[in-house]
Amino acid sequence: MKMNGARILLECLKREGVDTIFGYPGGTVINLYDELFSFKEIRHILPRHEQAGVHAADGYARATGKVGVAIATSGPGATNTITGIATAYMDSIPMVIITGQVPTALIGNDAFQEADIIGITRPCTKHNFLVKDVKDLATIMKKAFYIARTGRPGPVVVDLPKDVQVAQTEFKYPETVEIRGYKPTVEGHPKQIEKAVAMIMQAKKPVLYVGGGVILGNASAELVALAKRLAIPVTTTLMGLGSFPENDPLSLGLLGMHGTYYANMAVSNCDMLIAIGARFDDRVTGKIASFAPHAKIVHVDVDPTSIKKNVRVDLPIVGDVRDVLTKMLKIADEIGPDAEGCRQAVATWSAEIDEWKEKHPMSYKQTTSTIKPQYVIQRLRALSDPDAIVATDVGQHQMWTAQFFGFTAPRTLLSSGGLGTMGFGLPAAMGAQAGFPERQVMVICGDGGFQMNMQELATIVQNRLNVKIVILNNNFLGMVRQWQELFFDKRYSSTCMELPIDFIKLAEAFGATGLQATKVDEVDDVIKKGFSIKGPVLMEFKVAREEKVLPMVPAGASLTEMVLAS
Amino acid sequence: MKHTIAVLVENEFGVLSRVVGLFSGRGFNIDSLTVAPTNDEALSRITLVTRGDEQIIEQITKQLNKLIDVIKVIDFEAENAIEREMVLVKVAAEDQSRAEVLRIADIFRAKVIDVTPKSYTLEATGTPAKVGAMIELLRPLGLKELVSTGPVVIGRGAKGWKG
Ligand SMILES: Cc1ncc(C[n+]2csc(CCOP(=O)(O)OP(=O)(O)O)c2C)c(N)n1
Ligand SMILES: [Mg+2]
Repeated sequence: MKMNGARILLECLKREGVDTIFGYPGGTVINLYDELFSFKEIRHILPRHEQAGVHAADGYARATGKVGVAIATSGPGATNTITGIATAYMDSIPMVIITGQVPTALIGNDAFQEADIIGITRPCTKHNFLVKDVKDLATIMKKAFYIARTGRPGPVVVDLPKDVQVAQTEFKYPETVEIRGYKPTVEGHPKQIEKAVAMIMQAKKPVLYVGGGVILGNASAELVALAKRLAIPVTTTLMGLGSFPENDPLSLGLLGMHGTYYANMAVSNCDMLIAIGARFDDRVTGKIASFAPHAKIVHVDVDPTSIKKNVRVDLPIVGDVRDVLTKMLKIADEIGPDAEGCRQAVATWSAEIDEWKEKHPMSYKQTTSTIKPQYVIQRLRALSDPDAIVATDVGQHQMWTAQFFGFTAPRTLLSSGGLGTMGFGLPAAMGAQAGFPERQVMVICGDGGFQMNMQELATIVQNRLNVKIVILNNNFLGMVRQWQELFFDKRYSSTCMELPIDFIKLAEAFGATGLQATKVDEVDDVIKKGFSIKGPVLMEFKVAREEKVLPMVPAGASLTEMVLAS
Repeated sequence: MKHTIAVLVENEFGVLSRVVGLFSGRGFNIDSLTVAPTNDEALSRITLVTRGDEQIIEQITKQLNKLIDVIKVIDFEAENAIEREMVLVKVAAEDQSRAEVLRIADIFRAKVIDVTPKSYTLEATGTPAKVGAMIELLRPLGLKELVSTGPVVIGRGAKGWKG
């Protein structure tokens, strides 16, 4: 059947199983929106800013595991998406972003609302496409989705000129894709995997260091099985939280700059580090030269460029983490009795770890009146559904969430790790809620980051997205303030948010409910009430203003040089 | 260490900027770069010369391979490859130096492609080392202009290298 480009685009989305998209109209996508007007198979959500639209699609993708889709018009609409795209790129989130473009005949002429979005997004996308002929559109869409979700996932931009949306052609969605320069390695090398297991079996002090790749690769179950089979303790990065249940005795929690004492000690003393779907980010390793100094390193990752980028590796395995973990598990099972021997050897190691856990457990000083932010996080966990989805913004509250919430399932924490984008949390929660209307979805944010995308309250209320918004209000750009306290002699340059905002009135102005707690004994009431009300609720907690995130490894120091909570 | 890397890419607009952007974005060096279509019209071949220790070169080849439009990357080893570059060089040539320029051109089998009373313009092809040696001999005589293709490289033996 002959169709115009706009309709073809929607048909492609439908065939890719897309049910929800986030987009903002404008001159160069008006034809697309006209088709959308009568296209009922896809739910379109209108954010109040294109950046938030992309974060919402990102949150949707992180929570559901499907490809997130966002639309923006050319020029300013497209440039507004950049922060969202870069955020997704750094965390390897599968997304397809469709931008309108001026008509092909005008490209390069500095036409009204023209921006070279292909050029601008080149370094922050996995790939991008300019569609110059409507006949190529279906194939490009097929490729875009394929590239976005396979291998190491990532955002793909499709730039769609206005005339291509109008032009007609026969629509046929290709069944297969063939991209000769793109063949992601899926299966790990069997010999390498065998060698890795043999090495692991010989270790006396092994640690699994797990990143977001395990969540993106849906390999949590395999990870848990392997860790338990061989009794190997597990520490995760921020992106890896939820891949291994933190209430398991083998869990060491977070490692790195704000990691637990025992995770950082375990990594610094282990003789075997098994990195799975992690990329040795500087926030994780601290000073590279003294990172895991006694360890042989096995590194499993789907992206060859992640391997040996920052850290020497003794045994690299390129491949899909689930495939590799499954094969490792199979070999461990075949070895059987030896695996028992391996568990025995590890027993002394776990005793050593237990001592560290006892010596410096995660802690903070509770007070009787002022609310401690860590306490709010613990109460949120206690009073929320076990499968609740938690988005965070960026700052101290994010780290306290990572340290104190206790994640037990993959895809329940949505956080901007790589780019550290303030303003991410609220729209991401909105996207996750659109993906899981029946589940409890909350965002934990700071007073600063909330204000970076607070206009999305309108989207949330309008679309009846049942998002619970938690603001840990310290009236500071707290994380920066903490650095100023520790490293700049308490010179709080531009980190005090002097204006006290009435967040309750703000919520009400948008038609949401606003609740506030200022004392410790109000915390539970506000949380219970907030969760019991149907619909969006903003819960503001006035927290201790100068609380610090601890432990902390100062930037560039070794993991053992932690500043601990007193 | 200098490395000459050949990159087979889709012959499409924007591909070169992806390759170059990768180098600038990650702080890798490019000493020279040439690009042209191949016997297969759908493909272009980039030859680039870069520097770095083993780890950097490994990252460069991996990052190049990661680009969707890159089909193949070969970091050529000198003993298995033939490398050539062409230079066009304009040299001051007056009085006694005129003969000297011609002598040097002759030794290096360079061709004279333009002559004026004050200059010779030479065309020379060869390994980067050979061409470099000629330039160094010409330099004291007065180099007015130098333009080079940068090296291109092809593997030894009967086997061709295609996508
Ligand atoms: C878009 C953006 N701008 C600036 C920063 C730098 N930054 C990191 S944390 C932070 C403070 C965040 O303050 P708030 O949202 O109140 O959270 P808190 O740290 O107080 O919990 C800032 C400014 C950033 N990460 N993102
Ligand atoms: Mg704050």
